[in-house]
Amino acid sequence: MSTVLDGAAVGSLLEQYREVAPQGTVDFLRRLARQVAGIRMLNVNSTRQGGGVAEILQRLLPLLDELEVKTRWEVVTGSEVFYKTTKSFHNALQGTKQRITAEMYEAYLECNRENAKRLNLDAEVTMIHDPQPAALIHSRPQGAKWIWRCHIDLSVPQPAVWQFLRPYVVRYDAAVFSLPRFAQRLPIPQFLVHPSIDPLSDKNRELTAEEVDRILHGLGVPRDKPIILQVSRFDRFKDPVGVVEAYRLIKKSHDCRLVLAGGTATDDPEGAEVLAEVQEAAGADPDVHLLLLPPTANLEINALQRAATVVFQKSTREGFGLTVAEAMWKGKPVIGGATGGIMVQVIPGETGYTVSSPEGAAFYTKRLLNEPDRMAAMGRQAKEYVRHRFLITRHLQDYLALIIHLCRGAQ
Amino acid sequence: MIGSRAKQPFRFASCMELREILGKRALDEARLLEIIEEAPADSIYYHTHSCYLRHPYSQGLYPNDFATWVALQGQDSVLGERLGILDPFEFDDIERFRVSILTIIADHLSRLGTVPRSTTGEPFEFVRSHVIEADLDLQAWTLREFREALAHVEVGAVYNHVCEARLRKGRLSGDFADWLSAEDGLGLPDLATQVAKVGRLGLSLEGMRARIVRLCDRAMSTGSSR
Repeated sequence: MSTVLDGAAVGSLLEQYREVAPQGTVDFLRRLARQVAGIRMLNVNSTRQGGGVAEILQRLLPLLDELEVKTRWEVVTGSEVFYKTTKSFHNALQGTKQRITAEMYEAYLECNRENAKRLNLDAEVTMIHDPQPAALIHSRPQGAKWIWRCHIDLSVPQPAVWQFLRPYVVRYDAAVFSLPRFAQRLPIPQFLVHPSIDPLSDKNRELTAEEVDRILHGLGVPRDKPIILQVSRFDRFKDPVGVVEAYRLIKKSHDCRLVLAGGTATDDPEGAEVLAEVQEAAGADPDVHLLLLPPTANLEINALQRAATVVFQKSTREGFGLTVAEAMWKGKPVIGGATGGIMVQVIPGETGYTVSSPEGAAFYTKRLLNEPDRMAAMGRQAKEYVRHRFLITRHLQDYLALIIHLCRGAQ
Repeated sequence: MIGSRAKQPFRFASCMELREILGKRALDEARLLEIIEEAPADSIYYHTHSCYLRHPYSQGLYPNDFATWVALQGQDSVLGERLGILDPFEFDDIERFRVSILTIIADHLSRLGTVPRSTTGEPFEFVRSHVIEADLDLQAWTLREFREALAHVEVGAVYNHVCEARLRKGRLSGDFADWLSAEDGLGLPDLATQVAKVGRLGLSLEGMRARIVRLCDRAMSTGSSR
């Protein structure tokens, strides 16, 4: 047998994933990347810090660079009206009715024109993330391949906003969505790339038992009984009141704690209202812990997921719901609402259960609490499933495959 | 001979799938039938074979997406079971596989008064895949080398040489069996025959890998594969 593992430099970032990714993945990535080595790839979004897109770019781009895809990352900037407009676009495209004036549309276009002049858009492959920079397509250099990477759910957009945006989107060479149901009917190829988690990030890296104990102690959550956990914003679609109802049903027969951990988005006026409803539902029960965590509480979330016995994501409507993969990576079975990306992550009976009611969530939780061996086996399956399907190494493979496919078509 | 060296080495290549959303979706079994009839062959292939890649170490509910969707979303366990028993390794042509699926669904619907629909509102979304292959620069000249490489190679290579080789490349016994039996390979027809049958066992990719490795071990220990 002869094998050559070139490029496997000791101390490389990619090599750190060898122990956590599926067997052979790092070598396969290196082989795959050879087909596009030296290619220049530009990513454009609207922020360098904060939010899921910036987070994934921060982690993906150094890995692509190591694979000899020469990446650059540009960020569009704009006026207050621009940011207000794109926030309204974001909400309208995800189905929340917004009022957008002619001036706002014009401010969006003007800002894109200004950014087109300011930014260096020279690259063989450009990935434009979300609607904010979408109109930059007018400035695509000759021969370049442009991809619109849509991270949001476009399934039921406000028609006027989608009508405005669609003529820009159809000029791209391809669009990428996180789930098929997030896509719209378009005359360009649309590809499917699930989001991913980074197993080496603070939110997902291994923690020692002492670290978990210390963090839970700091959060005021004793570890004296099984913990049922849901990590999510206080948002009606995440059904936190339904989670409390499920807990009450479980509590009739099994002593346990409930931890609801999350924050309220600053741009979400409903958040405080929902939190008040959850507080009322929880009452004075000392075994219910409502934790308001800042967006930077990655280690805290990591520790809570590791300390949990069963993890809920009992959403009634969900985007991709990566908190499911995060919990599964820590070997926890997840009981999730039968919606959105949860259904891609939870294989009923194998990595957890999907449910449609508090009663369903309670029923399966009791079953798991009664059968610790089964629960442990399910947790192991869950971790393996995430290893193969939802780690950043798979995300890298998908992006490399997309670049290879588009560049091949161009030859 | 078991200990012999091949004239041509086995070259391992792995693959992955880039998934393209077709924008066709079904919310009930009648619409599912219609779209299966007109979908590109690559889409039928994706929904009946790619499950191996998506669940390389286990088998999910059923080994094809159609069976899983009707069972889970349509709550139609009878159709789920009838589709779930279909063995992709029984077909040497994706169009024959498509006809079998259509026949089963049509027969099932003809016996029902109402058409089952998705109870959760989640549609069946049609996807097709583009396979991207990469040579792993990993070669085997002897049965021992082949066994060692297979045991450690990225699982996409098992998919590439077993599933992709069969239906998309027309090498019906799969690349492993072809090389094991070939005169310029190892010339081990008995072992090749057993390896070619592994796909029919209903195993996951990891299960197939483990089974082929065991077959190699057994052949090496008995030394009687010809």
